[in-house]
Amino acid sequence: MAPKATTTGTTTRKRRTPAKIDKEQVQKYYRDMLLIRRFEEKAGQIYGMGLIGGFCHLYIGQEAVVVGMQSTITPDDAVITSYRDHGHMLACGMDPKGVMAELTGREGGYSKGKGGSMHMFSKEKNFYGGHGIVGACVPLGTGLAFSQKYQGTNNITLCYMGDGTVNQGQVYESFNMAELWNLPVVYVIENNEYAMGTSVKRASAQTELYRRGESFNVPGEQVDGMDVFAVAEAGRKAVEWVRSGKGPYILEMKTYRYRGHSMSDPAKYRSKEEVNKKRAESDPIERVRERLLNDKVYTEDELKEIDREVKAIVAEAVEFAQESPEPHPDELMTDIVA
Amino acid sequence: MPTEILMPALSPTMTEGKLARWMVSEGDTVSSGDVLAEIETDKATMEVEAVDEGVVGKILIQADTDNVAVNTPIALLLEEGEDASAVEGFSASAAPAAPQTESAPEAASAPAPAAAEVIIEARGDAYDASGEIPAGTEMVKMSVREALRDAMAEEMRGDERVFVMGEEVAEYQGAYKVTQGLLDEFGARRVIDTPITEHGFAGIGVGAAFHGLRPIVEFMTFNFAMQAIDQIVNSAAKTRYMSGGQMESPIVFRGPNGAASRVGAQHSQCYAAWYAHVPGLIVVAPYSAADAKGLLKSAIRNPNPVVFLENEILYGQTFDVPVLDDFTVPLGKAKVARPGEDVTIVSFGMGMSYSLQAAEKLAEEGIQAEVIDLRTIRPMDMDTVLASVRKTNRCITVEEGWPQHGVGSEIAAQIMEKAFDYLDAPVIRVSGKDVPMPYAANLEKLALPSVKEVIDAVKSVTYTS
Repeated sequence: MAPKATTTGTTTRKRRTPAKIDKEQVQKYYRDMLLIRRFEEKAGQIYGMGLIGGFCHLYIGQEAVVVGMQSTITPDDAVITSYRDHGHMLACGMDPKGVMAELTGREGGYSKGKGGSMHMFSKEKNFYGGHGIVGACVPLGTGLAFSQKYQGTNNITLCYMGDGTVNQGQVYESFNMAELWNLPVVYVIENNEYAMGTSVKRASAQTELYRRGESFNVPGEQVDGMDVFAVAEAGRKAVEWVRSGKGPYILEMKTYRYRGHSMSDPAKYRSKEEVNKKRAESDPIERVRERLLNDKVYTEDELKEIDREVKAIVAEAVEFAQESPEPHPDELMTDIVA
Repeated sequence: MPTEILMPALSPTMTEGKLARWMVSEGDTVSSGDVLAEIETDKATMEVEAVDEGVVGKILIQADTDNVAVNTPIALLLEEGEDASAVEGFSASAAPAAPQTESAPEAASAPAPAAAEVIIEARGDAYDASGEIPAGTEMVKMSVREALRDAMAEEMRGDERVFVMGEEVAEYQGAYKVTQGLLDEFGARRVIDTPITEHGFAGIGVGAAFHGLRPIVEFMTFNFAMQAIDQIVNSAAKTRYMSGGQMESPIVFRGPNGAASRVGAQHSQCYAAWYAHVPGLIVVAPYSAADAKGLLKSAIRNPNPVVFLENEILYGQTFDVPVLDDFTVPLGKAKVARPGEDVTIVSFGMGMSYSLQAAEKLAEEGIQAEVIDLRTIRPMDMDTVLASVRKTNRCITVEEGWPQHGVGSEIAAQIMEKAFDYLDAPVIRVSGKDVPMPYAANLEKLALPSVKEVIDAVKSVTYTS
């Protein structure tokens, strides 16, 4: 069933966790979210040790969005996002070792150490970056969808962006053309409430971001982005809509980032209480964990085993990221033009 | 084995900070995400969070300690099953050497390419363009406009991935009629009218190129491409490098560049120097119809983003174009458009028009100028320019763009670096004047280079009058 969206209108339904859950799927949600959480915590830690330089934007708190959405697409579909991208890469199935080694600027990184945190790609996994210019990924993602349609494939694009991105003009240029040309793209707005230090209220005249497509007849929907089940359900319907040739769809994921904008963010723009309340009340991983335990899908010990596995993967990634050598100086002048 | 909790760096430049406050005590159980301590830097107060779970075994640096170096162990965390005795023997030690130095790979000791190595290259030969068109090839008269259209049509016939998008390229048949007839032949799927939305459709083009297509994005003029320059530079040009060679953006951005006639400052700028500044881009600016055709075909086939700068005035000018099934001109190669012994004139695009006319007049006065058409601005064929300068010992450059940091400035700098001893006179740049383009006919004429200015410059470097 396609979402209840008219050509002009938008629906605003907060989706609820379904009563029945698929054990295997839920285990994957839990594991994938935990992998992102532990990976990012570790990245934060080794940033503190000076192993990662420059900017490092952590995804902690937002895990349900990408994990829920990625569960709705096939490996042949395309994914693109902005600069807070580590979670997306892991959720696309990219190797944590290669991602971490890129963060440390090493030869074993996805971009041989030349891209860094914000600029990683995997053709193999159909992950098209990793873009450091806020807004740029939206026309680019629309272009991926253009190509998918042009080539007559049945594939679609998930184009992620933040609440800061939606005030860039090129986003609307893209919405317009995507609807005009019926392009198969789901725009996923990750509304974590703050664009760097500026709250949505202080930046957006229309704070209901799912309505940002109204002028272009792009339907939109708001989703509880802290609930992986709700994300997946909304995602499935949006993906179906888009894949069936009805044109683009907007999902606004209400989410929250626990950490600062980047590592060097003193977080003076929000209170500690606000962050703690979010963490305590709506942590996406805790919610799944509780659900798994309450429904007796898993025991505490079984979940601990998953925790251990995830930790081991992250530890291995860090080890690789430290042992992989820096790129050879000859790499300075390669990969500029072919 | 207890885990050491190290003093973190909270910004790329932080080397030490104050451990202000402990939020936990020895014996407390913590899990990842819990705030352990607050540290202060000159910029801010920030929290240190636990990454692992465990029990705080020992606090090594007390609260309110100034100047704690980054990476100093500040506490010990006991893992599940360890007891307090495990911390014995540990004490606050000096910060270990920074991990970067510790793990410095051997590669770091290999010599980095020195600046001098980059500059002093092997002396290359001049490119001989005479082989591009086999002797005896039939030639037809054709306008630059038609040549460009034919290039696109031929490439579109040969490669399904090639498509054209831009404002008025389809039903209107092109704002300057360059895409005339393409819609009829290839249909609306491959000849696509866009809204007036340069930033958006340039980005869509780059995305489509990432995904395997070969877009030709037409800008109604390159003046409007400034709306899209972020996508051209940040997305198209840099992605191959930023992805370690994994991604590519085979896309052609084309359209008229520079001054037309009486269209004022916002429609009359030359962008050759702007794009030529950017590693990752190929920048082409043809003069003749044959070059326009051969270069555009090469640009469409090239795996890199190509900025293809045309000229509105040249669109209607007619040149000989070879009748060949698949005529291409290599990118990155200049052409000696007119041989000479006395002075080298280097130009491109519309500048060639002034240069060739000047050379003709100079010949009447007995000065034989060698005119080099760069054709590609980046990569620039300095081998051909330098070979000529070594022969003539004098050089002037001609372009319609502004003088500061212009294409001529780059040529002059390279000649100074690579052929200083061959020069018998300073290199002179003939360029557009350093003003926004005026509208009034007389002022516009003054703002652009002229045949007379080229002749004067040649006379100056040849010390004739």
